[in-house]
Amino acid sequence: MTNALNVESVSRSFGDRTVLDDVTFEVAAGRMTGFVGANGAGKTTTMRIMLGVLAADAGRVTWRDRTLDRTARQRFGYLPEERGLYPKMTVADQIVYLGRLHGMTRSDAIRGTAALLDRLGIGDRAGEKLEKLSLGNQQRAQIAAALVHDPAVLVLDEPFSGLDPLAVDVVVEVLRERASGGAPVLFSSHQLDVVERLCDDLVIIANGVIRASGSRTDLRSRHARPRFAIEVDTDAGWLRDQRGLTLVDLDGARAVFDLKPDADHQRVLRAALDRGQVLSFGPVTPSLAEIFREVVR
Amino acid sequence: MTTFDAVKLITAREIKVKLRDKAFLFSTAFFLLIAIASTVLPAVLAGGPSTVATANRTTAATLRQAGLKVDAVADDAAAERLVRSGDVDAAVVAGPKVLAMDIAPTDVVQALSTVPPVRLLSPDVIDPFLKFIVPFALAFVFFITSFTFGLQIALSVTEEKQTRIVEILVSSVPVRALLTAKVAAMTLLAFGQIALIGLVSLTGARLAGVDPVVLHLLGPAIGWFVPFFMLGFVMLAALWAGVGALAARQEDIGALSMPLQMAVMLPFFAVVFLAQNAPVMTVLSYIPFSAPAAMPVRLFNGEAAGWEPILSLVLLAATTVGLLAVGARLYQGSLLRTNGRTSFRTAWRSRTAVG
Repeated sequence: MTNALNVESVSRSFGDRTVLDDVTFEVAAGRMTGFVGANGAGKTTTMRIMLGVLAADAGRVTWRDRTLDRTARQRFGYLPEERGLYPKMTVADQIVYLGRLHGMTRSDAIRGTAALLDRLGIGDRAGEKLEKLSLGNQQRAQIAAALVHDPAVLVLDEPFSGLDPLAVDVVVEVLRERASGGAPVLFSSHQLDVVERLCDDLVIIANGVIRASGSRTDLRSRHARPRFAIEVDTDAGWLRDQRGLTLVDLDGARAVFDLKPDADHQRVLRAALDRGQVLSFGPVTPSLAEIFREVVR
Repeated sequence: MTTFDAVKLITAREIKVKLRDKAFLFSTAFFLLIAIASTVLPAVLAGGPSTVATANRTTAATLRQAGLKVDAVADDAAAERLVRSGDVDAAVVAGPKVLAMDIAPTDVVQALSTVPPVRLLSPDVIDPFLKFIVPFALAFVFFITSFTFGLQIALSVTEEKQTRIVEILVSSVPVRALLTAKVAAMTLLAFGQIALIGLVSLTGARLAGVDPVVLHLLGPAIGWFVPFFMLGFVMLAALWAGVGALAARQEDIGALSMPLQMAVMLPFFAVVFLAQNAPVMTVLSYIPFSAPAAMPVRLFNGEAAGWEPILSLVLLAATTVGLLAVGARLYQGSLLRTNGRTSFRTAWRSRTAVG
């Protein structure tokens, strides 16, 4: 039995508009999986289906090799895209309440809530009504609502939107902790730099279709064109006349170029050394944003 | 966690929130005041027996025997002075003649007259005042309670939808547990409020010395009112929850609940204004929306046969089961549609949206 969460051939339409088309991917145990896609690509719909808030037209979601049911979902921590808690209830009361709805005993829920609110930096606001809190602190309360019951699986829709940098750090720390404890963690974000920094695995969705998925390093090497950057001590203009490469960028002593399939980068390096000093030379790994643009194109 | 545990937990929260709600506490206090005022005040305001001044010893004895307070004076002139100064309510002077300022003192007159014995051949057991007030009170309680608490259910459903917390709730507990708990919480609160008001009224009536025969007569009517009320309340509560789920914002509830408001208000006016019309009341006592008020009234008036409340109750129960299903389907079909108001048709068709 693996602790992984699997989305298997899930499809969903709203009217005659297909929102998800045969979506399949894995959220591996103990890994942080980033779920990226443009607005309207189907991220939220997928997450809603995983949480049973929306039914799939076809396909299923499994965890520990079994189709998800309500009992299993009780172990999930869910942060919906559209945030919301009871405005007139105190912060602590509603986190305790949500903990208990996820099967915690009263005393466990109270203890867990106090610890979590302290950690998220809103322990001193625990007794206040939610509506009295600033938006940033309401976001922190929302994160607490997703984590209070010590979930075995985390599904978070845009967990970092609306958070200040300090809160982002706390949330990242908590998510890492859960992942290293063996939980599958799925989070969506359109801040690709954040995803790049955090995730182990990536799932890229566009127009309801999964365009790429796998570990970040795999995706990188799969999508890495043979691109190199070089810096020399004189003008690098001579690269224009070299066979087997295409210049991408040339700026005085610096240049970026793509190698044609049969060309050898060592040959280019030797040619550079013949002309003078080489200050740096190396492959350029594509950023997530670049991979994303290429994949969804 | 079982569905039952979830229902218990959600019910407890709903009740806790309501018990801290100032509007709810104020309305309860207000009803209690009315209950106390209407039972205790008449007795307090009625005042003690009249005081009478007279110079005649025999008259004084007769008046005392009738329970009046007698002020024995030296002569008729002194008696008249006391009336004019307001020290006594009336005076009896030679004649005998009764003196009073502006209202003829009936108790004094009665004490001095001989009344021929009266024998009613067809006595009306029920006081005409009670005949008016009982239908009004029962219809009013059902109307006000199902209306205010129903609206609260709708508001609370819409609040969860509007604040989007519903998505977290639905991902952890079944939708039907949410619905059941909301209806259960409001039913318990409504009953608690009515029981409290009933208890206070009853104690008030006892203290104020209301004829125990009346209380005895009210017993069976109230005994039947409870199950009728319970079913009628649940029937409407489910529909209120459905209306609340159709709304996207609390502002939508007013317009969306119009048909439901009519279904509560029209029976109320019908029962109040047509309470003396036996054929109409017979019909009303079988229509599920008016039966909770109409049938107990007919029982109170002694107009219904023993099987009638049972048949009416069965009809009401069947309708309640049916409308619970309707309310639940509307609730499930629209609870997660947060983009604007959901049409009745869409909600009805999309009940399978939730997995």
